[in-house]
Amino acid sequence: MKEHDLTLGEELRRQGISRRSFLKFCAGVASSMAIPAAMVPAMADSLAQARRQPAIMMAYQECTGCLESLTRSFAPTLENLIFNFISLDFQHALQAAAGDQAVEAIKTSMKENWGKYLLLVDGSIPLNDDGIYSVSHGQSHLDSLRELGEGAAAIVSIGTCASFGGIGAASPNPTGAVGVDQIITDKPILNVPGCPPMPEVMTGVLTSFLAFGALPEVDSLKRPRAFFGDTIHDRCYRRTFYDQGKFADSFDDEGARNGWCLYKLGCKGPITHNACATLKFNEGVSWPIQSGHGCLGCSEPNFWDKEGFYKPLSAGQWGSAEGIAAAAAAGVALGAVSAVMSRRNQNKISGGK
Amino acid sequence: MTLLDFARGPAMQIAIIIFVAGILWRLVGVWALRQKKDLSEARQTGAWVGGLKGLFVHAWPYKPFVPKVGAQYIIGYIIHLGLFIVLIFGTPHMLFFADIVGFTWWTLPGGVITAVAVITTLALFVALIKRLVNPVQRLISNFDDYATWFVTTAPFVTGLITNMNMWPDYETGLAIHLLSVWLLLIYFPFGKLMHSFWFVVSRYTTGSRFARRGGMA
Repeated sequence: MKEHDLTLGEELRRQGISRRSFLKFCAGVASSMAIPAAMVPAMADSLAQARRQPAIMMAYQECTGCLESLTRSFAPTLENLIFNFISLDFQHALQAAAGDQAVEAIKTSMKENWGKYLLLVDGSIPLNDDGIYSVSHGQSHLDSLRELGEGAAAIVSIGTCASFGGIGAASPNPTGAVGVDQIITDKPILNVPGCPPMPEVMTGVLTSFLAFGALPEVDSLKRPRAFFGDTIHDRCYRRTFYDQGKFADSFDDEGARNGWCLYKLGCKGPITHNACATLKFNEGVSWPIQSGHGCLGCSEPNFWDKEGFYKPLSAGQWGSAEGIAAAAAAGVALGAVSAVMSRRNQNKISGGK
Repeated sequence: MTLLDFARGPAMQIAIIIFVAGILWRLVGVWALRQKKDLSEARQTGAWVGGLKGLFVHAWPYKPFVPKVGAQYIIGYIIHLGLFIVLIFGTPHMLFFADIVGFTWWTLPGGVITAVAVITTLALFVALIKRLVNPVQRLISNFDDYATWFVTTAPFVTGLITNMNMWPDYETGLAIHLLSVWLLLIYFPFGKLMHSFWFVVSRYTTGSRFARRGGMA
């Protein structure tokens, strides 16, 4: 029997994994996605009946940071995901094959799983000059995405670049980089932004897709609500200091050493939706704010272009002061003209006396 | 561009340009007018002392009027002091100004600012109700009075909703709060909010003229 023909339940039994362990795994994923505990047995049954999901992961205009993060997932681990739940048919950094042999793997998977495979995209896609600024194996990533997107059951955009264009799209965006959903509009698309994204969010949505056969509920930016429903500020362990008015004024003052709120140092937590504050990175070891740095807002569109990571959120974006100086001059001139006209009127009424 | 980017960027710049140009237009336009000559003989010297006294004497009503208008003064003080405290000692507000002036200052805890903002908002609503139920006040009120009340109250209400995280989306809430403040700035020079500048001038002028004629400030 072929690997793809076995159900996950059969595959797990073959590997000697008990139902109890499997239920524990399902409970872990369910709790991270805020799925009610009563749904866990149904989720486990559904997962056991599922077949390994064919998946193709494409790296476009990216830095591999998202993959680095994905490999550090702990619930489930990436190995667990790859070996038990999905059949990762192509990922250029993880696979041994290269060149024509690797490209052949994509073609084979597309042919065998047309309309069924999950397309995972990492990196933005340049549009300028027919996408010539990002090319693999002689094919622009724009053409590659269009071709692979056509046969995909659903697409998961991994990272802020694939979701919104990210750093590749930062002003002045010389390559015309965009996210996947600005090119593909007729497929279910899920955005998992972050720079890098939370590994558990990536693996969690994949497991959810396998269990329920559909992408989870999303917000207006196509992000799964289970992970992106709250802001960092709402869930931040330093929130109490914000409410008390205790702030760090620099990265090395008493406030910083006491672990006070980093709002004054430019933390973008109040406008950033992500699960870092609850799930943390590296098996729950830490996350940026815990390490003493404010949130950069990396899971939000255009986070790179919000006029400085260290500028407080409530500060304005001034542009240049010339406009204000011109306004002041115009106001004075306008006032002088008004006064001259009024004086003339006064003269007229009083007859010049 | 998100609504917040618009609010923090172009909307803010346009509002400040209109605010600055409008204020200077009004100030220069009035100060450059020919001043009325007082042809009477001065009955006492040092009219300017009377002008300075006038600044403070009118900060509280003449004693016989206290029972009638005292409450109005108290409401006015609550609104003005509340506005001052929230604007200057709210941390996000201080950071906005610090970005312009280049230095920071001490701020109050968020809970205190929220309490002051709630009291100020209630005072604003009491002022509106008094205006609506008092026939004389209602008669002398025009569009400017209600517009001034609206643009002053809106930043408090939107700020409280934002601070208490009651918007479906904090980012949009923050943008709405900022836009409500820019609306206040845009309206400021053209309505009764200009009293922020004129009250000093008018109290001084009245006080000094009365003093010149030998009267009280």
